[in-house]
Amino acid sequence: MITRKIQYQMAKRAVGPFLMALDRWQSAQKSRKRKPRETPFGPPLQSVQKLKEIMTLNYFEGRYADGAVPVAWVTSGFPAEVFFALGFHVVYPENHAALCSTRHKVPEIAEFAERDGLSRDVCSYARTDIGSVISGKTPVGRLPKPDMIACCTNICQTVLYWYRNLAEYLNVPLVLVDTPFMYGGTREHHLDYVSAQLGEVIEAAERISGRRMDAEKLARVVENARDGSRLWGECLAISQARPAPWTGIDTFFHIAPIVTIRGTETCNEYYRMLKDELTERVKAGVGGIKNEKHRLLWDNLPIWFKVREHSTMTAERGFNFVCATYSNAWAEAGDLIDPSHPLESAAKTYTYVYLNRDLDNRLKTTVDLAKSFGVDGAVLHSDRSCKPYSVGQVDVKERLQKDMNIRVLLLEADHADERSLSGEQAEMRLLAFMENFND
Amino acid sequence: MTECVSIGIDVGSTTWKAVAVDSKGNILASIVEEAEPLIDRQTERALAELKAQVKAGDGVRIGATGYGRKRVRADLVLTEITCHARGAFHLTGKGGVLIDIGGQDTKIIKIGNNGDVLDFSMNDKCAAGTGRFLEVILKRLRVPFDEVALRFNKAVNSIPVSNTCTVFAESEVVSLVAEGKEIDEIVKGLHQSLASRVASLAGDIPPDSEIFMSGGVALNESMVKSLVDRTGRRIRVLNSPQLIGALGAALAAR
Repeated sequence: MITRKIQYQMAKRAVGPFLMALDRWQSAQKSRKRKPRETPFGPPLQSVQKLKEIMTLNYFEGRYADGAVPVAWVTSGFPAEVFFALGFHVVYPENHAALCSTRHKVPEIAEFAERDGLSRDVCSYARTDIGSVISGKTPVGRLPKPDMIACCTNICQTVLYWYRNLAEYLNVPLVLVDTPFMYGGTREHHLDYVSAQLGEVIEAAERISGRRMDAEKLARVVENARDGSRLWGECLAISQARPAPWTGIDTFFHIAPIVTIRGTETCNEYYRMLKDELTERVKAGVGGIKNEKHRLLWDNLPIWFKVREHSTMTAERGFNFVCATYSNAWAEAGDLIDPSHPLESAAKTYTYVYLNRDLDNRLKTTVDLAKSFGVDGAVLHSDRSCKPYSVGQVDVKERLQKDMNIRVLLLEADHADERSLSGEQAEMRLLAFMENFND
Repeated sequence: MTECVSIGIDVGSTTWKAVAVDSKGNILASIVEEAEPLIDRQTERALAELKAQVKAGDGVRIGATGYGRKRVRADLVLTEITCHARGAFHLTGKGGVLIDIGGQDTKIIKIGNNGDVLDFSMNDKCAAGTGRFLEVILKRLRVPFDEVALRFNKAVNSIPVSNTCTVFAESEVVSLVAEGKEIDEIVKGLHQSLASRVASLAGDIPPDSEIFMSGGVALNESMVKSLVDRTGRRIRVLNSPQLIGALGAALAAR
């Protein structure tokens, strides 16, 4: 136990930062030597290096976390503030699966879950994480074994079964926060129901970790989460400028801190830095792509394994994804968080998430986004793995066409499993969509 | 002979098509062949033949489309969606809904009154609902293409083929044959099933929109009849429907 704690502290405070400094130096050397490549993108964001360091360090620390600090695996929509306040190391299996996808590792990892009986129709994130637990395969070296896992049904119902499977494979307790689906607004009994569950989560986390919740610390973490969400929203809103100083595709990567280390000072420091850089780019007229002719909205999760390819294809033709409902989902909640009433406001915040609300809200949010960012087209990713996000997209398409008279493409793919994509057909749809815009 | 100004090449999944046009977009000559695996070689040979037919010089502009479009050395490369729309609009002079059923996919293209593509939808990666689907099942039933219409018309009843996947549909058909069902009735049911899939892809077509059809499957009159029955609408099959994509590519490259 003590050895483990020393290893963890060494990884967190010495080895990790040293490796990051080394990587920074090597990157600087490489970029000095490398002839700049001709790309359709604007100059790369300087903040990217910092983002890479934060996320790499987070996974690096994770390798040594179990046995040193309590560890929880949680869904992206879980009120993880309670775990951060108790000093847990928090792992996000969704983020891990997305990372596996960008490294093209999903087919070989998910196969282990499929061999164990999971259908290919099950969410590819779930198959990847379960496959990773079965096989131990991961591109991040090692994931720490959790002391508990926690799931919140505000993003989909699949998480419940996915996490039950994880709990079984890992032989750890599962805590569940069940959020009623919101038709219209929340009612008081909904919030009472959710905040009572949050109280139980804290009790369970205290029992499992042997630590006591410090109310002041929780309030501080919640305040950070509120500020982080606001800062993230401010970074996104900067893309209302023309040209947008970054791309919607960039936002898919820069979303990582608000998802995985929400509530920490590191998260907020990062977004302050990013916001400053984006503001400077707007002042200097620097765009995310070199020649922004058309502005697009992206709906649903990214197609992680194709993100770079699709963004290059669109940027080459002067198309920039300036906003995305997916990136926006983490910016919506900021104003609902109240550090003086952490549980009550968390109940509201996490019940009000985008995917836990009715179609009317999705239609309105999408049209409002499209209008405020001045888009002249939208790509709706009909995601085989994310049914709750994909159901209703025909209505979203019709509403955007009716209210804004813009071109809308429904693109069938999958957020992580490249076996579920017909690459040529998807490329043809995107190209045909772009060919018919008038410059 | 009128001067050829451009040639459009449509390298599809089952056939290779090319069209030579004059400055007004009139078709001067065309070639349709089965697609060969070596696209570059086939294109070089067949293009030389077409050029010789129309006495086109080296300066003639080339437009390419279809799944193999990237393997063609062309002045302009466009997707089939844009090319089919251009070809269809050139022939009809009006907007409407174009149903293009090719070997690998089915496309529904809404064309505006100025020839613009307003919207389109396609079947997803599954081959069900495509020319390939028909080809696979007809081969399994040992029904040659020139007998299809005769057998379709002879069938009094039809046996629906319910599976949405080509592979499963094939085994469903094998089971039907094993049960001793009439081949003609299966053929009829097969066409109706496909028509039903295409119709649902097309969604609600406004009553004032004309419906056109292009692509190799438009040559199958049983398919056209099934679509007419299913939609309850008149469908105009464009002249030389297989050539519409190549025509559009030639027109765009002019």
